[in-house]
Amino acid sequence: MQDYANAFVLLLNYVVVPATTYGCQLALGALGVSLIFSVLRFSNFAHGELMSFGTMITLLVTWWLQAHGLTIQPLATALLALPAGVLVTVLLSLATDRFVYRYYRIKRSDPIVLLIVSIGVMLVMSGLVRFIIGTDDRTLDDGVRFVISAKQFRDLTGLQEGLAIRATQIITIALAAVSVGLLFWFLRHTKTGKAMRAFADNEDLAGLSGISAQRVVTITWVVAATLATLAGVLYGLDKSFRPFVYQQLVLPIFAAAIVGGFGNPVGAIVGGFIVAFSEVALTYSFKRFFSYVLPADWLPDGLYQLISTDYKYAVSFVILVVVLIVRPSGFLNTRSS
Amino acid sequence: MKRMLICLAMSTALTVPASAQDVKLGLLLGFTGPLESVAPDMAAGAELAIKEVNDSGLFLNGSKITTIRADSTCVDAGAATAAAERLVSSDKVSAIIGDTCSGASAAVLTNVALPKGVVMVSPSATSPALSTLKSNGFFYRTASSDARQGEILAAIMKDHGVKTAAITYTNNDYGKGLSDSIKTNFEKLGGKVTIVASHEDGKADYSAEVASLASAGGDVLVVAGYLDQGGKGIVRASLDAGAFDKFVLPDGMIGDSLVKAIGKDLNGSFGDIPGSNSNGAEIFKAMVTKAGFKVGPYSAESYDAAALTLLAMQASKSSEGSVFKNKIMEVANGPGEQILPGELAKGLKILAEGGKIDYVGATNVKLVPPGESAGNFREILVKDGALTTVGYR
Repeated sequence: MQDYANAFVLLLNYVVVPATTYGCQLALGALGVSLIFSVLRFSNFAHGELMSFGTMITLLVTWWLQAHGLTIQPLATALLALPAGVLVTVLLSLATDRFVYRYYRIKRSDPIVLLIVSIGVMLVMSGLVRFIIGTDDRTLDDGVRFVISAKQFRDLTGLQEGLAIRATQIITIALAAVSVGLLFWFLRHTKTGKAMRAFADNEDLAGLSGISAQRVVTITWVVAATLATLAGVLYGLDKSFRPFVYQQLVLPIFAAAIVGGFGNPVGAIVGGFIVAFSEVALTYSFKRFFSYVLPADWLPDGLYQLISTDYKYAVSFVILVVVLIVRPSGFLNTRSS
Repeated sequence: MKRMLICLAMSTALTVPASAQDVKLGLLLGFTGPLESVAPDMAAGAELAIKEVNDSGLFLNGSKITTIRADSTCVDAGAATAAAERLVSSDKVSAIIGDTCSGASAAVLTNVALPKGVVMVSPSATSPALSTLKSNGFFYRTASSDARQGEILAAIMKDHGVKTAAITYTNNDYGKGLSDSIKTNFEKLGGKVTIVASHEDGKADYSAEVASLASAGGDVLVVAGYLDQGGKGIVRASLDAGAFDKFVLPDGMIGDSLVKAIGKDLNGSFGDIPGSNSNGAEIFKAMVTKAGFKVGPYSAESYDAAALTLLAMQASKSSEGSVFKNKIMEVANGPGEQILPGELAKGLKILAEGGKIDYVGATNVKLVPPGESAGNFREILVKDGALTTVGYR
């Protein structure tokens, strides 16, 4: 029995907890991408940079707060700075819309044109972020590190395996749950949310019913920028902030959005977890797990690892390709693509 | 008139007597990149030796040495080659002190130093692969090969009672060479290596890498990486997940920034870094303190690299790479009067008078063919949140 408990804790510690946290971060990112796609009808490749920008502003405000001795121990100061980060990022995305995307929207350009425009925006934003804060690796977390550390858990339970839960992991999961809940309530039950859904279903019909297109677009950007900043700050708190890494995050985020079905909010969340769990579980070496659940003499020498951790990013690619071949509209999408 | 002036200028340039020309040394180090926190102390070490020689006024009949710094980036062989090319072609340096990293050193040696006939003396490139690279006597290093470091580390691990170890290395020449050597030597001493896995630098998250290392298990985790890069991430993630609590830290991981970043959790980890307990190290430390910087990793080797290069020039009475390269081994190994740090003026004088010297320097320099340090190591233990020296091997 002890062995099974050990095996269970082992998987919790190395697979379930990290993948759940990572899944939440991806899901928040994918929700933003998905929202832009369904309302504004293009794939926003600049979303990763929007995350990066929001995190950067939050980091700058965090430094300012720290310099003035304003902290909220035991929580990370970045959480206090988060609203400021959200605000500036919202302003930036509204400005981008006003000066870049609006022109193409009024012209009714093809989605593919807007997609290419978003790549241009991505390059400008990434330059901006590097110009302001540089390319270095930065840590945001200054709060209490552990809710329970591996050693404490071992002492508490008497098991051989430890379970470490970091404060940032709990914060990520809690904040993600709250914001997703709020988003769904907003989309389902408020007049603005309904207007957005109507606009997403049929732009012209929504316009005829008296829904202001500009207002819907503005609110979409506000929500998307908020989600982006939240995803970016949570990722940065949990891991670290480095502009290059955020640029690369676009890939798993798009994989998540596509797996779940582009334009479907539930799909984006499920997609986030599918991608996160496959990345972690496929690159995990199950040797120690089997050493607990199998009799000792059944155990060969191998590492029981499906693919090397070097290929972590390839997992998102493979998922993306497989979904596009098998079910191009995504697993949870009811609309035709 | 104009043409005449140019002719005049050119003829003067050509006929500058061998007696007192200015000699330029290139300092090609990784001022940015994975070892950027180490490079400033290395440069300061090399420049200390150069200043000492300049102040003596005895170098090549009163020639002055100027240094030109160049950034090799350490990881980008293309950028390192371009920087070296600039040093050689446009700044016309007589020798290059560098590079910091093994991969970049190999690229610079093959693409620039060898074809252009410029001597390179690296203070810190330690990959075993450099021992077998064709160099025609243009490449030397005051650091020893990692093949030697692997032997030392394996012995230290055995003394600490380590029976099984997991190894992770940064995915480049240095990491691969060092991890191979540690594995071979540790197994020779009866230890068991459970896994050898690489990691990439510059990621935000190393929990997946640590998960597979943890699954293989081991008493300790050997991290053959860089302290400012993935190495730190691996240590951090291992401690977070409770995967390992003791680490073996080779030279690339020894530095105050790691101890500062990780804190007391690093206590009990151990490692090594090139260094010796000869008189030279003490004298060098005093000189460095006086000059106002600190003895960082490889700053003593950098001092020796610069001093050795200049003494060899003095011995051959030439700053021409193809001439003075033949004197480097002789100056380093003797026989002759022993020269410690701070005694460069004495060495220059003896050489000018036709005598012989044996350069001991800050790291007890002894070069073995094809031109690398035989290797003295300082054993390090992390104790009470600081790097402490246990002994020398």
